Amino acid sequence: MTETTTSDEPRYVVDDLIAEDIDAYLEQHQHKTMLRFITCGSVDDGKSTLIGRLLYDSKMIFEDQLDALHADSKKVGTQGQEIDFALLVDGLAAEREQGITIDVAYRFFSTEKRKFIVADCPGHEQYTRNMVTGASTADMAVILIDARKGVLTQTRRHSYLAHLLGIRNIVLAINKMDLVDYDQPKFEHIVADYRAFANEIGIEDFLAIPLSGLKGDNITTRSDSTPWYDGPTLVEHLETVEVDSSLDQAKPFRMPVQWVNRPNLDFRGFSGQVATGTIQPGDAVRVLPSGKTSTVSRIVTLDGDLDEAVAGESVTLCFADEIDCSRGDVIALADNPPQSADQFESTIVWMNDEPLHVGRAYWLKVGAQMVSVTIHEPKYIVNINTMEHLAAKTLELNEIGVAEIVTDKQIVFEPYGDNRVLGGFILIDKMTNATVAAGMLHFSLRRAQNVHWQAVDIGRKQHASLKNQQPAVLWFTGLSGSGKSTIANLVEKKLHRMNRHTFLLDGDNVRHGLNKDLGFTEADRIENIRRVGEVSKLMTDAGLIVITAFISPFRAERDMVRAMLPEGEFYEVFIDTPLAVAEERDVKGLYKKARSGELKNFTGIDSPYETPASPEIRIDTTKMSPEEAATLVVDTLLGDI
Amino acid sequence: MKTLTHLERLEAESIHIIREVVAEVEKPVMLYSVGKDSAVMLHLARKAFYPSPPPFPLLHVDTTWKFQEMYKLRDRMAKESGMELLVYHNPEAQEKGINPFDHGPLHTDMWKTEGLKQALDKWGFDAAFGGARRDEEKSRAKERIFSFRTASHGWDPKNQRPELWNIYNAKKNKGESIRIFPISNWTELDVWQYIHLNDIPIVPLYFAAKRPTVERDGLLLMVDDERFPLEPGEKPVERSVRFRTLGCYPLTGAVESKAKTLPEVIQETLLTTTSERQGRAIDKDAGGAGMEKKKQEGYF
Repeated sequence: MTETTTSDEPRYVVDDLIAEDIDAYLEQHQHKTMLRFITCGSVDDGKSTLIGRLLYDSKMIFEDQLDALHADSKKVGTQGQEIDFALLVDGLAAEREQGITIDVAYRFFSTEKRKFIVADCPGHEQYTRNMVTGASTADMAVILIDARKGVLTQTRRHSYLAHLLGIRNIVLAINKMDLVDYDQPKFEHIVADYRAFANEIGIEDFLAIPLSGLKGDNITTRSDSTPWYDGPTLVEHLETVEVDSSLDQAKPFRMPVQWVNRPNLDFRGFSGQVATGTIQPGDAVRVLPSGKTSTVSRIVTLDGDLDEAVAGESVTLCFADEIDCSRGDVIALADNPPQSADQFESTIVWMNDEPLHVGRAYWLKVGAQMVSVTIHEPKYIVNINTMEHLAAKTLELNEIGVAEIVTDKQIVFEPYGDNRVLGGFILIDKMTNATVAAGMLHFSLRRAQNVHWQAVDIGRKQHASLKNQQPAVLWFTGLSGSGKSTIANLVEKKLHRMNRHTFLLDGDNVRHGLNKDLGFTEADRIENIRRVGEVSKLMTDAGLIVITAFISPFRAERDMVRAMLPEGEFYEVFIDTPLAVAEERDVKGLYKKARSGELKNFTGIDSPYETPASPEIRIDTTKMSPEEAATLVVDTLLGDI
Repeated sequence: MKTLTHLERLEAESIHIIREVVAEVEKPVMLYSVGKDSAVMLHLARKAFYPSPPPFPLLHVDTTWKFQEMYKLRDRMAKESGMELLVYHNPEAQEKGINPFDHGPLHTDMWKTEGLKQALDKWGFDAAFGGARRDEEKSRAKERIFSFRTASHGWDPKNQRPELWNIYNAKKNKGESIRIFPISNWTELDVWQYIHLNDIPIVPLYFAAKRPTVERDGLLLMVDDERFPLEPGEKPVERSVRFRTLGCYPLTGAVESKAKTLPEVIQETLLTTTSERQGRAIDKDAGGAGMEKKKQEGYF
């Protein structure tokens, strides 16, 4: 070994070139590539110290920050009088006080060859969500191991998540080698341990580096203390590893359309970021899901037209023909397009305190497509510490499960393993608008394609016209004992006398038959309403005016039924009776049971009722009699008929 | 096979973000502060929608205390880009004559923090682009690209939506608005380099020139107009100076410099040993947590 450099000799102190020839330096910088990576480790693995060291060695810390660092190190540091690099990285005031990292933070540094973006991910189990977030944009994962402790549960968890998110480049940074006297057998032992585990979960390759973030061994320079190690230093490896985006160019062309650019009648361009492949003027393309084809006539940018656009670039394409194409569509190579489907098997990472509601409709966003989706009960969830598959009814915060999902219309997709852009999705709660989950599409389920709508000659229009009426659903909602059934019954009697064809679906009655397998948990209540919604829809297809009386406490499910029906056919009738009044009446004695704890999940007592925001009809039962209420409902309905 | 450089990747990401916002929100606006980061952000917006002009206005929340050269460039760039320019002055600050000499931190609070909230409310913008970068300051390193604000414009760092891949969730609750930072992942050097490569016009104050200055509390301040109250015996001195960051002239410290070209400025930036924001008084108000606190209160 002739390595004589020591870690005292920082390699990234101001580049001489900056002072000598700034133009040459800029020329060099201009051609740098970029690598995004995540660092994962447990609380004490020295992750922040390692990142702080990388920033420090690459001269990304200025004198004033350094002064602050020195002062802070003495005040709250954990390294005695020495610099505590971790303080550079631990950002928010709250977490500095607690001495932990609580969220994903992004750091930047660069060397002669590359610019780096580091997503710093915390190691606590409850923060799976943060690591998945950081990993979603990473080309590489650096997994830290404390040399004294070896492969831990956390190590497995981080590796599993990195692999799940499709990161191919994995570095095993075996840190704190200084504390085990740079012992080679110890290092080899940890590597062997990790290899066994990595093979198990499908990680094909990784690079293990012995290092010390605190002392600087094998970070930027070869360490004299590890003469037995002949691999690259961490920075050498970061600088040379192949970036995923160049691999994406070899795949077939796909670009989700973000924006249709139409400044005037003579120009129509389709803007987006190329997901995979390359495109040139003259290439034949197909627009999905419509399947229409054309050829690319121009690739337009502010700096002039391009001869070629490649994966990763944001461009605007023009076509030779006027064909329909709008936001959410995908432009693809004409003879090798992706598929469309509406049922998938997917892996879902739940990221919200509120657990998954099986059967409820969420927004799903993939590329520029936004559709409504429902999630089936998970096939299993994965224990990310042991990789065991466990049975589950739902997904809770930080749980990862495999489940079938069904979208309300076809989406253009590719398996996540082939295409992150067309295979990665987020789920958005329709009520809170929060991003509640991230997911990966694996494959489409054929079922959807094999069940076709049977074309019938007598449709809903014919049914309705024979009955000489407009079908509608009068959806009564309100607390138990609010008067729904009483008023709904009166409404049906009135309509019947007027020769209208009606049908009343009552909550209690339906639970004796169609829904007798359902209980009163949130999931069962959602399913109860979904079935009633579907039945109501069939009845309106038959031309009937359907009257339903269900507590239907959740806004999301009422909106789900509304969305099943043609516009204008759904009337939300809010029977507005204050809880105190309903409880006072307590017709069925249920409130008493709920108060005594005999009855669980009772709306208004220990389960919420979400008040309708803008119902078509609102009945204040403290101000009118059931008879008056029924008249109001009928008048409103017939006014529209 | 074409290898994208880091600037090409950053540019593509920023354009993607800007287009996504315009496609998904109702009424976006671009906050334009006339600084170098704003210059880059505006250029990216023009690229995103070329040959159309960007389909949203520029908003300058003015304090009346910016450098004269900033106002000049602002008007010129609005014209060149074909975008509408909205300028907002907080009427209360104007009426009370709030200024940086007499009112200290209140100046920033009223003109900028309050002014911004008022301007967004006045025109009903539900999304505002800002040129903040994650490398500028610690609390920004953890802020999302789509950053939500409550109806009172507050920021809750513990309750941020996860952001995955390049998929952004722009759905907001009633009263909420979004701040969007399309150049979150750029560093100061990236910004300079991009300006250099694309020949983007910037305020001449970034380049060294002889300027009348006085030294106060360790800062070199430029006497930009007659409103600058000189202390007894104090006389402006002509010094060759430039600015690393631009704000209100009485709050922005100059550095002595001979850098007259962009490469020279970049050279100086890289060789310098103090961070960019040091010339600004604002971050130091509340110790290390200054900016985080400001943001929770509604500062951009």
